[in-house]
Amino acid sequence: MYAQNVDTGSKGVRGADELSPEEAAFQARIDDNIKIEPKDWMPAAYRKTLIRQIGQHAHSEIVGQLPEGNWVTRAPTLERKAILLAKVQDEAGHGLYLYCAAETLGISRDELMNKLHSGEMKYSSIFNYPTLTWADMGAVGWLVDGAAIMNQVPLQRTSFGPYARAMVRICKEESFHQRQGYSIMMSMVSGTPAQKEMAQDALNRFWYPALMMFGPSDKDSVHSDQSMAWKIKMNTNDELRQRFVNETVPQAHYLGLTIPDDDLVWNEETGNYDFSQPDWDEFKAVLKGNGPCNRERLGARIKAWEGGEWFRDGLAAYAEKAAKRRAAA
Amino acid sequence: MANEWPLWEIFIRGQHGLNHRHVGSLHAPDAEMAINNARDVYTRRKEGVSIWVARSTEITASTPSDKGPMFDPAEDKIYRHPTFYNIPDEVGNM
Repeated sequence: MYAQNVDTGSKGVRGADELSPEEAAFQARIDDNIKIEPKDWMPAAYRKTLIRQIGQHAHSEIVGQLPEGNWVTRAPTLERKAILLAKVQDEAGHGLYLYCAAETLGISRDELMNKLHSGEMKYSSIFNYPTLTWADMGAVGWLVDGAAIMNQVPLQRTSFGPYARAMVRICKEESFHQRQGYSIMMSMVSGTPAQKEMAQDALNRFWYPALMMFGPSDKDSVHSDQSMAWKIKMNTNDELRQRFVNETVPQAHYLGLTIPDDDLVWNEETGNYDFSQPDWDEFKAVLKGNGPCNRERLGARIKAWEGGEWFRDGLAAYAEKAAKRRAAA
Repeated sequence: MANEWPLWEIFIRGQHGLNHRHVGSLHAPDAEMAINNARDVYTRRKEGVSIWVARSTEITASTPSDKGPMFDPAEDKIYRHPTFYNIPDEVGNM
């Protein structure tokens, strides 16, 4: 998802008899669905894992602005431009809600930024793919935001209060993102044959990267059990991926587009679509930094951060001077 | 990192005349910028008609471990609620 492969520092979950009294009380609160708040006692590994997960989620929102920002000046109409601008602004807001949630765990904003820029913290693999045509704005909204919603809706019930509250705000706003994407796709498929072809091409390129967003298959996901026991992950990767496929395939059919998977078939018995797995070697390569746009995305973030330093410092210097002047008056 | 902007807590009054409510926090160099940023971060969809900002460091919070002594005493004072008193139906609505 926006947070993939989050390391919990352990493999598997320890039994109740292996927990200290404090840890057992903590786990009991989580089992009772009582929210954990920043000043409450929490195991160091819970704190560390959450910083990783919320940080990665926040970074994804911020880096996620880049593939779409690419199209703000190129949007086909003024209305589409205004809509895309609003969406990109929402992503900035979502990043900010999440950074604040992460900061309640005792890490500073600048530390989070530095960890992103040094490559120590990751962002979602999906944003390392290029947005080549206007139809990609449709595919990103429809598929990428659609996949994000799949994951974020259950996270509104996550155990850490500030994270859950950020998720509530984000989910309220996210539905617009998916619908505007689908609306772009609807326009494209009702246009000229070349435009419909462009929509199909966007679906072809984004389908498997969207499936990768849910993270590795459950059998390869060593940290899932601990994260689920802590309720910072509410469903397994494969569950959410299946749910996404089931919901998205009929939407593609409505558009008259073909999912790029010859083995996609409705399974009467399970009540699910059977589908092909994405190329997990490609996924690993993208996470390692070798996707089509990794260097470009990180480069753009670092450039913005370093280029904005004089401005941040200037505002801070002004605030300090003004405070001194007020104190003297 | 020495120049990191301070953190501000943001409170917003919604459309319907209710109290300002805490909605989240953000970084800004000063109070004026905090209000400007809060407008963009927390009221993109007309969520509010008024914004308060306060430096996070200026907020003093109760400690979680005091929860019992702080809040439990109210538990057995059910006579503070109107439903504690039985008023006969004949009296009418009260």
